Amino acid sequence: MKKFLFAFCFLLLASCITFAQEADGVEMATALRSSGKIYVVVAVLATVFIGLAFYLFSIDSRLKKIEKQQH
Amino acid sequence: MNKTWWKILAIILVLFSIIAGFLFPVPAKPILNESIRNIHFHVPMWFAMIMMLLVSFIYSIKYLNKGNENDDLIAVESANVGIVFGILGLLTGAVWANYTWGEPWSNDPKQNSAAIALLVYMAYLVLRNSMDEEQKRGKISAVYNVFAFPIMIVLLFVLPRMTDSLHPGNGGNPGFNTKDMAPELRPVFYPACLGWILVSGWITTLRYRIRKQENLNN
Repeated sequence: MKKFLFAFCFLLLASCITFAQEADGVEMATALRSSGKIYVVVAVLATVFIGLAFYLFSIDSRLKKIEKQQH
Repeated sequence: MNKTWWKILAIILVLFSIIAGFLFPVPAKPILNESIRNIHFHVPMWFAMIMMLLVSFIYSIKYLNKGNENDDLIAVESANVGIVFGILGLLTGAVWANYTWGEPWSNDPKQNSAAIALLVYMAYLVLRNSMDEEQKRGKISAVYNVFAFPIMIVLLFVLPRMTDSLHPGNGGNPGFNTKDMAPELRPVFYPACLGWILVSGWITTLRYRIRKQENLNN
């Protein structure tokens, strides 16, 4: 009986370890890695667009300065 | 138009369409697969183009009425930006078509008409640049522009409907069919269109203001 319990616990522990490996492994739980890492693409595109938006705003403000100098 | 709020709104709408366009659920269709999400990015290019060309058309009429030179400048710059968005529409469409229709250019009626419409507007720019005298240039190009707009509308919205087309909503289908687009796409698609129209309008105002400064310096 003791042997059986020992074996059972060992198996349970072993399966826990393998599960743990599958769950954590190198995978550091973050949302950005879920769904085939599509969130990474979203983040990249959002960054590109925010960058372009800031660029447009900077052109706008430069133009405003030039327009003020004219009048 | 010099206010900031609508520029921020433009950024928010497009940013929302980029995030939601990738992450929101879409209908699963054969052949299209995930590329159905392109509708949030490819179609707004055309909406932006049409709106900018409409602005160009209106300001050309205004110029012919009142003869204010600034109206002529707005007409040119909005046509410029419209053409840029049209080229983006053609390119994004070609990429999408390559993976769904099998080739980048399948001589689809809407593809051909869109290309012709762009050529019509490029001819407008060539015509404009071929004249030095300002008033003559303004008037002749404005008259051309007033004719170009209805031709573009016919090319994009009438002729493709009269034959079979690979584009949805064409080939004998009635216009503005409410069943043409899955309902779950709409909350992203409409903001995307409005956002890109506002962005194109913003670029147009920037180009117009630059051109006005150049005009003052000359």
